[in-house]
Amino acid sequence: MIAYRFKNLMKEVWRWRVSYLLLSPFFILFALFIVIPTVTSTALSFTYYNILQPPHWVGWQNFKTLLVDDEIFITSLMNTLYFALITGPVGYVLAFLFAWLIHQIPKRFRTFYTTIFYVPSLTSGVAMAVVWLVLFANDSYGYLNSFLIQAGVIDEPIQWLQNIKYIMPVIIIISLWMSLGTGFLAFLAGFETINTELYDAGKVDGIRSRFQELWYITIPAMKPQMLFGAILSVVGSFKVGEISKAVAGFPSPLYAGHTVVLHLQDYAVLRYEMGYAAAISVVLFILIYGIGKLCFAVFSSKGE
Amino acid sequence: MLKKRFKFKKDYSLFFIILFLSGLGLFMMLPLVFLVSTAFKPSEELFIYPPRFFVENPTLQNFKDLFLAMAGDQIPLSRYFFNSLLVSGITVFFTVLLGSLACYPLSKHKFPGKDQIFGLIIVSLMFAPEVVEIPRYLVVSYLGLMDTYSALILPSLAFPIGLFLMKQFMDQVPDEIFEAGRIDGASEWTMMWRLALPLIRPAWATVVILAFTAVWNDAGSSALFTQSEEMKTLPYYLSTVNGQGVARAGANAAATFILTVPTVLIFILFQRQVLSTMAHSGIKS
Repeated sequence: MIAYRFKNLMKEVWRWRVSYLLLSPFFILFALFIVIPTVTSTALSFTYYNILQPPHWVGWQNFKTLLVDDEIFITSLMNTLYFALITGPVGYVLAFLFAWLIHQIPKRFRTFYTTIFYVPSLTSGVAMAVVWLVLFANDSYGYLNSFLIQAGVIDEPIQWLQNIKYIMPVIIIISLWMSLGTGFLAFLAGFETINTELYDAGKVDGIRSRFQELWYITIPAMKPQMLFGAILSVVGSFKVGEISKAVAGFPSPLYAGHTVVLHLQDYAVLRYEMGYAAAISVVLFILIYGIGKLCFAVFSSKGE
Repeated sequence: MLKKRFKFKKDYSLFFIILFLSGLGLFMMLPLVFLVSTAFKPSEELFIYPPRFFVENPTLQNFKDLFLAMAGDQIPLSRYFFNSLLVSGITVFFTVLLGSLACYPLSKHKFPGKDQIFGLIIVSLMFAPEVVEIPRYLVVSYLGLMDTYSALILPSLAFPIGLFLMKQFMDQVPDEIFEAGRIDGASEWTMMWRLALPLIRPAWATVVILAFTAVWNDAGSSALFTQSEEMKTLPYYLSTVNGQGVARAGANAAATFILTVPTVLIFILFQRQVLSTMAHSGIKS
């Protein structure tokens, strides 16, 4: 029976051989650089591995150390959560709101506004540091400080990139500035695809304002795009690190800008404690995947 | 009839929407205006107190400094630039090609394992390369690619978002086209090249923009997979010099300006096709 099934399956596989052939180039690279690294990371997280000697098994030791003894990791986790819980939802809502507002204006102006809001996400966070370091500079030569002093808001310069109170907010502001990316475009395009008859029907049913229209018609119709945008938003906000390094330095003052990705880099690239670093990556992976799954649950379009 | 009642109110609120978008748009543009302004500032304007936002006497001095300073070091700036162009160009080309090849069967065929493979791609939308740097490093060194252009190109080719968008776009193409092709006796191979590829051309533009932006701005791959300075790319160079403080702000702004222009230009060029592709970007669970 099983042999018969297997034979049938093989027949099917052979019948579709061209499909597999077309898929294979992408899939081989996908396996090499996404699947295998993810599996390897998980395996290495249970070992002690320093690149020079072969890894040896230590069981849950890395995770124990990480979650119990490593205070800096807890700091980095808190910073990352703080960052993600603000940047993720706020960036997401902003992307949706701006896309919706742009959709309200006549077609011939849309291109211009779309470009203006999207361009920041095309910039390189690391390269733009040259701007941020001058804008947020700690002394009165900093443009923001200079502006605030002249406006009479503050008397002496604020140490934007030194004072631990301000480091994370500055990183959040910079990231929000760059956050109108792929999700924003997906929303814009999503609005274009909504069947206009729905709106006419809505008017007949007593929808009076743009906001009612948005809430009762547009958002339910946009669920698939909104899920896509949410996933990108989650991943983007949990992998924060590069911008922090570029503007607050590495390590940042009192680890105020330390994130999970930076903690990972610290152990992998500087200390060569690969097993421990792998454990950090597994924690991050579980976080992203868990919250991603949550998004799927929220947006799963049942009853459509 | 109902439309008429809306009309007056609509124009009123439209005016406010445009005003609001313009105001915020200006605010969003500030850092970029500042970047361009700084790139063209003469050195005396970089250090005046109180600092001035806009450039008064624009000059190309910063760009000259940048190229001269680099020529004085071991590696001229043009080398980083060349590496960036080469790596981004090849990566974008193959990302589009591999994605096109893979999206056709994934969308139009019913082979065993199809759903599992697509499910895996959906899950990998949550993948962040930063999270698995070490194993990626191990894979690259195991394949013996360390310090080669391949090391900068191949890992970026596994670009699930690109394949996902192409496949979603392909789903919109009616199956009848391919049915008709089969009846006419065309092989899958012919249909792939003659029908599928031309039909998903609008999706290419989107993948070009996303892939190009990702690779062009990527400093991490250079740091991780290459050791020798002549293999590094422009963003990597920028990530190493930005810490040098205000003294080089002018030259660094010039370099960042050079880095930013291509991505913006590509987006403006391809914008129209992008929105038509993105319309199908939804994930239907």
